[in-house]
Amino acid sequence: MSGEIQARFCVERGEFKLDMDLTLPERGISALFGHSGSGKTTCLRAMAGLERAPGGYFAIGDEVWQDEARDFFVPPHQRALGVVFQEASLFPHLSVHGNMEFGQKRVQKHAPAGERRFALAEVAELLGIAQLLERAPGQLSGGERQRVAIARALLSAPKILLMDEPLAALDLQRKLEILPYLERLHRELSIPVVYVSHAPDEVARLADHLVLLEQGRVVASGPLKQVLSRIDLPAAFALFADDAGVVIEAQVAEHEADDLTRLEFGGGQIFVSRRSEPVGTPLRCRVHARDVSLTLVPPMLSSILNCVAATVVDLAPTDTPGHVLIRLDVAGEPLLARITRRSAEKLEIRAGLALRAQIKSVALLG
Amino acid sequence: MEQADLSAVWLTLKLATVVTVLLLAIGTPLAWWLARTRSALKGVVGAVVALPLVLPPTVIGFYLLVAMGPNGPLGHLTQQLGLGLLPFTFPGLVVGSVFYSLPFVVQPIQNAFAAIGERPLEVAATLRASPWDTFWSVALPLARPGLISGAILGFAHTVGEFGIVLMIGGNIPDQTRVVAVQIYDHVEALEYAEAHWLAGGMVLFGFVVLLALNSLNPARRQTP
Repeated sequence: MSGEIQARFCVERGEFKLDMDLTLPERGISALFGHSGSGKTTCLRAMAGLERAPGGYFAIGDEVWQDEARDFFVPPHQRALGVVFQEASLFPHLSVHGNMEFGQKRVQKHAPAGERRFALAEVAELLGIAQLLERAPGQLSGGERQRVAIARALLSAPKILLMDEPLAALDLQRKLEILPYLERLHRELSIPVVYVSHAPDEVARLADHLVLLEQGRVVASGPLKQVLSRIDLPAAFALFADDAGVVIEAQVAEHEADDLTRLEFGGGQIFVSRRSEPVGTPLRCRVHARDVSLTLVPPMLSSILNCVAATVVDLAPTDTPGHVLIRLDVAGEPLLARITRRSAEKLEIRAGLALRAQIKSVALLG
Repeated sequence: MEQADLSAVWLTLKLATVVTVLLLAIGTPLAWWLARTRSALKGVVGAVVALPLVLPPTVIGFYLLVAMGPNGPLGHLTQQLGLGLLPFTFPGLVVGSVFYSLPFVVQPIQNAFAAIGERPLEVAATLRASPWDTFWSVALPLARPGLISGAILGFAHTVGEFGIVLMIGGNIPDQTRVVAVQIYDHVEALEYAEAHWLAGGMVLFGFVVLLALNSLNPARRQTP
């Protein structure tokens, strides 16, 4: 489509300071992750042009939307972007259909007339709201409203979709209702998405690229797996609490007779309780560092099914003095283990050591 | 009711209609500006708009009379434009009424605009609507209850005014003799029966207006 996203913003507002220089991939979901006050929403608003930051620069590929060095600023209504806010913010005076058409009509004024009804029907189908088109926003559930808001943003033919904690205002039930649709968008659309969130589970499930923000600064930015497996990031631990862990992208390989499903990933295979997905379905799972234990000899008889060969990359202290965090390499896939310092000393854990990692549990995302 | 009463009623309705239309045309952009501006002038302009709420109508009428008179700035202007002088004419009455009823129209509309908040306007911008487009397609429809209240209040207030009319309109049949003045004339002439007809009509009118406003007021605006 249009090339990678360049964003440079510097905002100072009293106590709050945002100073970031980001390059995001041109495809997939980039998550901006941080506590409230870390500047993630301000960054998103600056990208949308809703806030004009002095000295800012924002471009998608070769399309520049802001370059204050040249005093250049494209106002939000002239930027080909879609924004989904935390509250769906549907226009109450328009029906669902009217809301969805709002941006579409205005885009088509400038673009050649195409199969517009098809596109609207297609997007409605994609988000499961085709039967709601004639309703008023007040008659929708929170989850439905948010899906309409996403559809409305998509129909304005954006080159980038900005989502500001789109699930944060919803209860767990509604969240679970929307997440599959977001995953579907992720699979079926090629436009880049910038996804602001402070929920680790959402990020682990959806993101391809992860940006960690702390007090207005970028602490880390890179592919999800790499950032999650970095052990030199105290901020990351603070953010994910003692939830440090990696995300594994696996595939359903086989449903076995004893109600287990075998998943294959770059580093080998893992067994989980039987899944309903057909063979070949990609599945993300999260392996928490605290659920990984290490052993020097292959366990002969153990109740733990999942055991992979690994090599120690490095180790780092954790926020609790008695524990260390160990980064492992499992045939190219990163894995983290959190063990006691005593065990680390007993096993003489050092970089390059080959050992076995036992995975006690795997959290499937989705 | 005699002919004079009917023509007073007709004149009053005509005045109130013209004034309401003008007030919506002037008051809506003014209310939008007041609701959205961060300018230091906001307080000053707001106070000027609200001034008729605290001043006796005779004070406003007096100054308008002076301003629109042969030596006043407005008088100079209207004479130069070839419109003649405004005092004691129907257009003069319209000018006075617009000024006097302005706060009754601006304030409900301003409140309605302020209640919309920033978000719907931002959403419209991200959906490619220019500020002008957003004003017509989002702000005005969302402020509709405020616009209707403003129009009703402006209309009713113009129908009921008396002091300003006497000061700058006088009592010229078919020109400036509105219902309120006509009632005054009847009472002065001790024609209580005629006064009752008109006064009773005004009471009924006022009641209907308030009833209409009340049915509007619990403005059931959903906020999804």
